[in-house]
Parts: sequence; C-alpha cells; structure tokens
Amino acid sequence: MNKARTNPLNAVAMHGALILYTVIALFPVFIILINSFKERRAIFREPLALPNSESFSMVGYETVLTQGDFFGYFQNSMIVTVASLFFTLLFGAMAAFALSEYRFKGNMLMGLYLALGIMIPIRIGTVAILEMMVATGLVNTLWALILVYTAQGLPLAIFILTEFMRQVSEDLKNAARVDGLSEYTIFLRLVLPLVRPALATVAVFNMIPIWNDLWFPLILAPAEEVKTLTLGSQVFIGQYVTNWNAVLAALSMAILPVLILYVIFSRQLIRGLTSGAVK
Amino acid sequence: MMPRIRWHILVFLAPAVLVYSAVMVFPLFNTLRLALFSEVDQTRVFVGLENFQTLFGDPVWSEQFWNALGNNFWFFVVHMIVQNPIGIALAAILSHPRLRFAALYRSAIFIPTILSFVIVGFAWKLILSPIWGIAPTLLDAVWLKSLYAPWLGKEEYALTTLALVSVWQFVGIPMMLTYAALITIPEEILEAGEIDGITGMSAFWKIKLPLILPTIGIISILTFVGNFNAFDLIYVAQGALAGPDFSTDILGTFMYRTFFGFQLQLGDPHMGSAIAGAMFAIILVGVCIYLFGIQTRMRRYQL
Repeated sequence: MNKARTNPLNAVAMHGALILYTVIALFPVFIILINSFKERRAIFREPLALPNSESFSMVGYETVLTQGDFFGYFQNSMIVTVASLFFTLLFGAMAAFALSEYRFKGNMLMGLYLALGIMIPIRIGTVAILEMMVATGLVNTLWALILVYTAQGLPLAIFILTEFMRQVSEDLKNAARVDGLSEYTIFLRLVLPLVRPALATVAVFNMIPIWNDLWFPLILAPAEEVKTLTLGSQVFIGQYVTNWNAVLAALSMAILPVLILYVIFSRQLIRGLTSGAVK
Repeated sequence: MMPRIRWHILVFLAPAVLVYSAVMVFPLFNTLRLALFSEVDQTRVFVGLENFQTLFGDPVWSEQFWNALGNNFWFFVVHMIVQNPIGIALAAILSHPRLRFAALYRSAIFIPTILSFVIVGFAWKLILSPIWGIAPTLLDAVWLKSLYAPWLGKEEYALTTLALVSVWQFVGIPMMLTYAALITIPEEILEAGEIDGITGMSAFWKIKLPLILPTIGIISILTFVGNFNAFDLIYVAQGALAGPDFSTDILGTFMYRTFFGFQLQLGDPHMGSAIAGAMFAIILVGVCIYLFGIQTRMRRYQL
C-alpha cells in the first residue's frame, strides 16, 4: 500500500464527512423516537432533550393503542408482504428455471417479454387494475394487493434468478436425470436449494417497497379491516394531526418493525445490493 | 417428426406468465385503451384522442398538466444534482480500503431508505414546522436563523424542500450501487495509476469515475423512472391537492386526483387513463434514450 493513500489527515476528513452525513441521516428518526416518550409540554419546550423522569410519558402510545388498530394493520402488512414474497419467489424461480434450463421455441422472446416490466412501473396501469379488481370482487381484500405486488416483483425476480440458475452445474442435473428424477424434483430438491442466496436477494429487494407502499393500499384496499400498516398510520396521523403525542407515537410504532427487520436483514440486503445482481 | 410437447416447461412458466400478463401487462394496455373512451350518459363511448385533446388543449387541464410535468422535471433535476453526487461521494469515501467502521456507516446511512414515505413525510413535516421549532432552533445554533422560513407552506420553496426530503430518503440507493461498482475495480489498476503519480482525488476523477460510468447510467435511469412515478411523499406531506396552490403537484398526484377524485370532484377514470398514457410515454422515452442513446455508446472496460 502506498503512503499517499493513507494520509492521517485524509482519514480524519473522511470520518468527519461520514459522521456528518450519518448524523443527518439519523437525526430525524432520533428526534421522533425520543419525543414520542415525552409529555406534551416537554415536546415543545425542549424538543432536543432526552426524556427524563419528569417528562417521560406514554400517553401517545396509549392513544394509539386504544384508538387505532395497529396490531390489525401490522398483521395485514405482514400477510401481504409474506404472501407476495412467497409467490414472487416460487413463480419467479419456476419461470427462471424454464428459461435457463430448456431450449424451446420463443425462449428468448419469453425472457424479453417477462423482462419488460423491470423498467415500466405497474402504477401506470392502476386505472385498469382497479376496474379489474372491482369486477372480480377483489377490492378491499388482501388478495388484490398480493396479486399486484407479485406481478410487480416477478420481472426482476425472473431476471436475477435466471442469471443465477445458468450457473448451476449441468452435470449435476444430468446425473439426477440419469437417476430417474423428474424435472419437478430436480427443480425443487436440487436447483432451488442451490440458488438460495439469490432467492434471499430477491426477497430483500422486494420486501421494503411492498411493506412501505401507500399507493395500492390507498386505492385497492382502503377498508378498515384490510388496511396495511403504512396506510393505517397515514390515516391515523391525518386524523390526530393536532395530537402531537399520538402522532409521534404512531410514527415510532411504524418505524420500529421496519427497523427491527432491517437489523435482522441488513447484512443480507447490503450483500444483495452490492453483489451486482442489478447490473 | 413432431417434437413431443414438454409439459413441464409449460407448468414451470404458466403461473408467472399468467399473473404477470393478467395483473401487469393487460391492465397497462387496458389503461391506454381506456384513455380513448369517455363516459356519456353512464355508458362508455369511444372518443378517439379527444381526452388527449382536452388534456393538452383545454386551458384548465393543460395548465395543470404542464404545471405537474414541470414540477416533476424539477423534482428529477434536484435528485440528479443533489442525490446522485452525494451518493457517489459517500460511496467513494466508503470504498476506501483502509476505512474503519465502513460497514457501520453504510448501514446507518441506508436507514432512511427503508422507512416508508408516511414516516418520512410526517417526520419532516414536524421537524420543519414553525410550531415545533426544531428547524429554527438548529439553524440558530449555526447562526443562520434568519434563513428559516416555513418552507413547506411557501409556494416558491415547497417543491424543492420536498425534493430534498426525498433526496435525504434515497441517497442510500446511489451510494450502494456506486459502492458495489467501486469495490470491483482491481487493486492493480489503482496501483498502476499510483506509479504514474495519480493518487487521491485525481485517482477518483481519472481512473475510478470513468470505470463506473455504466453504473451512473443505471442510477440515472432508476432515478428518472422513480421520480416520474412518484406520488407517496407529496401525498403524505401536502395531500392530494399538492398544496400550496398546486405548487408541489407532480404527475402522480395529478393522476390520482383525476381518476380517483377528491373532495367534491368526482373521479374520471378516462382522463386519469389519459394522464397515465402521458406518463407511460414520458417514461418510455426516458428508458429508450437510456437504452439506445446512452447505454450502447458508453465505453465499457473489461476488468
């Protein structure tokens, strides 16, 4: 390593810049979280102070938990996210297997057709999607959301998984065929476990946009019993806009699950983002 | 001899193709088709390009459309000149081989990106609010209190403020993608540069930046598509009316208001489809410029 690249002054400047930006990135989240535990007067008098024994109060959380069905919202978000990811991964992997494994007429064309959706946002088709969901009676059901998110996730999932499946050894699959395993068994027992890292990457990519989406819940499933956490907190905060305790507590309750998920999956997410899967 | 049909290929492809075609491709084209219809006496009538004529010709509509498009364009420009350079700069620092705590910084800076628009929109609304006074207090600490204004409430600042909030939220994406590209540059190339006396900043400008240009291209097109179909942040912070006085109205909010209706205005799916059609065209043009104009001409270096 050359000396010119390890100048101590440079190191200080680099850490300085990074710390500054980290503070900018985390400050708003921090402010919301600490103030959600304070009583109303303290929120306004000393917004930057940590809650202490005098200013500590859970009144915001009490309001949120009694007035809004946050557990129900959370459950809806969970069902929608998990189900959408499951179908995206299963259908995506199946299609990717067909595209990468078999030579058939129209293989290239099919791959291109399925890849089109990577760049075109599904939101453009919202008017017709709503009309279709009304016609099929799926409006205000979680299925409407699951279907939309699955369709939205498939193009990129197929694209990434096809790349990965091409790398699975041909000999291995042929050996399995000689042993008399069916194509379905080869897919389920052999290929799927081998591309697990790619499946995880796709899952993490799709998870955050699905969990955080406001557009489709707002349009396709606004009813109280199917509200997702994102929509539920938006409506709740809109109603309680002058009750700062409740607003801050609702925001914190929306931040918390995502933050926990992030702590669990951040390594996977960052590895996925930096593995070059999107190149 | 006819080749026998290999049913398993069909089985593998069918679910994905069905769901994708039925829920994404078909509605996309159906929306474009609906743009050619209108509702007269509660029946759907084919009107050709009339809706587009209204959208571009009728002063009430066209004023709103061009306002939304112009705002959207400014929204995109702010992302290109603020978000992407900051993201690239952060990645350049993070990819330094001897940097300590790099993983920690990386994870922390990415946190805003995982939060929903609802959280981000409301959190910034509170922080910038003159009632709470966090923003003025902080500005006071650096002797800049005189600069403070209720930015989200002022027509001339609101859009830029929201664009910067969005930049704050999404800086993590260009940072991660650039970081991924930077760490694949082989050490030998940088060492060869050092022998020629190219180090530090000039190594970044002369060696690394040309090598990661394709990544910057991808970041630009992702920013473009993301911005021209944005909606959530504006809706959360300013509502469907994109106030003050439509100064933060972008195509997403304009389409939502038009096809879903708001307050007293009834929703009009056909005009909404026409706006969706315009958005589709804009995104398509952007993607084509990228695919055929930029991507194919970009020099790629074999590493």
